[in-house]
Amino acid sequence: MDRRIFLKAMGVLGCSAAAHPWLTTLALAAAPGENRLVVIILRGAMDGLDVVQPRGDSGFLPARPGVLSPGLDLDGFFSLNEGLAGLMPLWRANELAFVHATSTPYRDKRSHFDGQDLLEAGTGTDLLPAAQRDGWLNRLLQVMPGTGSETAWDVGRGAMPVLAGAVPVQSWSPDQDMAISAPARTLLQQVYEGDPLFHAASATAFDLAGMGGGEGQDAGQDAGRDAGLIADFVAERLRGSARIAAFSLTGWDTHKGQMNTIRKPLHQLQTAILQLQAGVGPEIWGKTAVLAMTEFGRTAYQNGSGGTDHGTGGAMLVAGGAVRGGQVLGRWPGLAEAELYDRRDLMPTSDVRDWAAQAMQGLFGLDQGLLESTVFPGLKMEAAPRLIL
Amino acid sequence: MDPQTYAIRFGYGLPAPDPAVALTGPDLTAEAWPGTSFAQIGPVLAAFRAAKTDKDEAGIKAGHRASDMLALRGAKAIFARAAGSEDPFRERLVAFWADHFTVAAKTRMDRALPSILIDEAIRPHVTGRFADMLRAVITHPVMLIYLNQEASYGPSSRKGMRLKKGLNENLARELLELHTLGVGASYSQTDVRELAELLTGLSVTSEGFDFDPRRAEPGPETVLGVTYGSEGLEPILQALDDLAARPETAAHIAGKLAVHFVSDTPDAGLVAALSGVFQNTGGDLLSVAKALLAHPVAAPAGAKARQPFDFMVAALRGLGIKPGHLVAMQPKVFNRLILAPLTAMGQPFQQAPGPDGWPEAAADWITPQGLAARIDWAMQVPQRLQRPLPDPRAFLAATLGSRAGEKLVWAVSAAESAQDGVGLVLASPEFNRR
Repeated sequence: MDRRIFLKAMGVLGCSAAAHPWLTTLALAAAPGENRLVVIILRGAMDGLDVVQPRGDSGFLPARPGVLSPGLDLDGFFSLNEGLAGLMPLWRANELAFVHATSTPYRDKRSHFDGQDLLEAGTGTDLLPAAQRDGWLNRLLQVMPGTGSETAWDVGRGAMPVLAGAVPVQSWSPDQDMAISAPARTLLQQVYEGDPLFHAASATAFDLAGMGGGEGQDAGQDAGRDAGLIADFVAERLRGSARIAAFSLTGWDTHKGQMNTIRKPLHQLQTAILQLQAGVGPEIWGKTAVLAMTEFGRTAYQNGSGGTDHGTGGAMLVAGGAVRGGQVLGRWPGLAEAELYDRRDLMPTSDVRDWAAQAMQGLFGLDQGLLESTVFPGLKMEAAPRLIL
Repeated sequence: MDPQTYAIRFGYGLPAPDPAVALTGPDLTAEAWPGTSFAQIGPVLAAFRAAKTDKDEAGIKAGHRASDMLALRGAKAIFARAAGSEDPFRERLVAFWADHFTVAAKTRMDRALPSILIDEAIRPHVTGRFADMLRAVITHPVMLIYLNQEASYGPSSRKGMRLKKGLNENLARELLELHTLGVGASYSQTDVRELAELLTGLSVTSEGFDFDPRRAEPGPETVLGVTYGSEGLEPILQALDDLAARPETAAHIAGKLAVHFVSDTPDAGLVAALSGVFQNTGGDLLSVAKALLAHPVAAPAGAKARQPFDFMVAALRGLGIKPGHLVAMQPKVFNRLILAPLTAMGQPFQQAPGPDGWPEAAADWITPQGLAARIDWAMQVPQRLQRPLPDPRAFLAATLGSRAGEKLVWAVSAAESAQDGVGLVLASPEFNRR
C-alpha cells in the first residue's frame, strides 16, 4: 500500500521502529537500472570455517574436534553447515556462492568495533576508523547516476554506517506505534526547525507513519520471524523503486559452545535469504545479488570452551539469481600451522572489498576507476573470477 | 559552575540538586532502594541448569520466573535511585562506569546479572580507586560469565588436560581493549594470549567467585613486558593493578569521561587535566570526578544528546514521579511504560549490543526511529504517570530554565492541551540535549 494513502486513511501518525538486539538496522535506497543489491552485515565475526567447512583439508578436523556442526557436501572439498541446509536448493540452482579466506585490510588487533567500522567504511587502514565518517554503499549512491528521492532507509537502534554519508537515508523497522495529535505535530515541527539534527531525524520519523507491522512483539522470542519481517519489507521495497538495501544480523561472536550458539544466527541468515527470494518473486530474484559480509573470521583452532576466538580470514556468502553460484571462490590457503596468519587464523587471500566492488561493477556497470578511487579508495581490483552473471 | 549547568550536564536535569551534596557522605541512595545480589541469583542459575539437563519443564519455568523477578527488582532499583536521588551525579557516575564495564543480558536467564555487577563491584568504588573497581569487576562472577572467563582453562593445567579444555581469550582482549589501555594503545596478540593464560583460574560457582588453581595455567606469563612468575590469584591482581596504573589507561578513561559528560569532541585540555589527576592520585576516582566538575570547560550547553535512559529519568524527575511509585508498579505496567519504550528508543535496558557499551554521539541516538519513540513517549506516557499534569508553561520553566528557546516557549503556550504542552517540552531538542 502507498504509505501516504495509508496515512490519510488512518488519520493518525504512527511510526515504526524497533530495536531488536540482533536486527539492528535496515537501510534501502532507490537507484536506476533493474539490478538489485542487498548487503547484510554479519556483526560479531562469523566463523567462516564452521559455515563453509573445508573438510577436504587434512588440517580441518584435527583443529575442530569439538566445534563442528554437521555438514552437507558442496563440492567434494567444502561442506555447508547444516544450519544453512535450507539454502541447498539455491546452491544446486547455481544461485548461491561463497568466497572463502577473504577479509578487509584490518589486521592484528581483532577488535569487533574497529573491524566493523573498517568493513563499513570500505577504506584501508591508513585512516583511523573514527575518522571514517561515511560508508561505501553511500559512496556508491553518490556516484550512481540518477538516484532518486527514495534514497536510503535505516531501521532499528542506529544508523547503518555502511550507508551513512552525504546521500540522505530513510528508515524502517518492524514495530512500534507513534501517536501525536495533528496540532502538536505542527508545533513540534516548528520547534525542530531550529535544530538541524532533530529537524532531519523528525522529517523521516513523521514520514514513516503507518508503514510495516506494528504488532509489537517481544524481541528475542523468535529470531527467524523478525529476520523474516525485515526480509519481507526489503522484498517489498525491491519490487518497487529501491535497488539497494542493507541490514545487519548479529549473534556471531561464538566464543563458547559454538555448536549451539551459531544455530540462531545461521537460522536468521537462512530465513532472511529465503524470505527475500520468496518475497521478490522469480523475475526480480533473477536480477538480485545478496552479499553477506562480516568484520573478520575466527581462529582456525577451537578454543578451550567449545568456541572460537577472534581471527582474521573469513567467508562471504553471495546469493541471488544474478549470481554465478554453485562455487566456492577464493584461493584456499590451507590450515597447516605455517599456512595460517599469525600461526592461528585462516590466512586471507583476497580483499573482501574486491569482491564487493566486482559485484557492483557487474550489477550497475560502474567504471573500475570510480570504484577504486571513490567507493573503495585505495583498492586495487584484481582480476578475480566473476561473481555476477 | 551554575546550578543549572551542574544539574543538566552532570545530573538528570532540573529541578537542580544541591551541588554541596555531590559525592559527599555515605551512599544513602542504594540503601533506600536495594537491588539484588549474586547470592540470590547464583542458586537460581544452578537450579535452572540442572532443570535443563533433566528436561524438567516445571523447573525451567520456575527458573525463568525467579530470574525475571530478580531482574525486575534490579531494574526498578536503578530507576528509583536515578529518579529519587538527591545526589544524581553519583548515579550518573555509576551509570558511566557500568557502561565502561558493560555486561549485557544475552538470554532471559542473564537479565538479573548486570544490576548485580553494578551493585557489588562498581557502585562501591565510584568514589574510590580505579584499581579497586577493576579488581572487583574482573573477579566478579557476572563479568566472568559475560566474557566467558569461567569457560577458560589453562591448556597445561590439571583440569585443562583432564577435561581437554583450553583458553578462551575473550575477557583478556576486552580487558586491554576496553577496560584499561584502549584499542589505540600498543599491545599485541601475544599480550592478549599471555594475559588470557594469566587469567586462567578465575572461575564461578553457584556461591560466587572462586579461584580454582586446578585450571590455572602453570608457569610465568609476560604481559606488556612484565613477567608474572608466581602462581595463584596474587599475580592476577598484581597484573590488574599494573594495567590500572598504565598512563594509557589514565588517558583512555579521561577521554571517555570527557566525551560522556561534556562533549562528543572534548577539549584536549580537559582530557589532559583529567588524565593528569588520574595519574597523580593513583587513580582516585573522587579526585577525578571533582576535577571534571571544577574544570572551566568552554563546551556549549546542549552539545550532547541525552541517552534514552537519561531522557526518561530526567522526564520522571521533572514530572515529580516518586521513586516509590516506580517500585510499586505492576510488572506489566513497568514494562509497558518504562522498559518497552526504552527499547523502542534504541536502548534496551542493560542489553548493550556488545562489551563496548552504548555509543556516545548525538547522531547515534537522534535517529528517525529513536526520535519517533521519544516523541511517542513524551506525548502518551506522562498522563499515565502523573495526574493532573502540570501546567506546561510552569513545567517548561521548571525543567529547562533558561535553556528553553523562544520557539519552544511560544509552541508550549500555543499547545491546546496540557498533554500536548508537556509532550512538546519533553520532545524538544532542548530537553533531549544536555
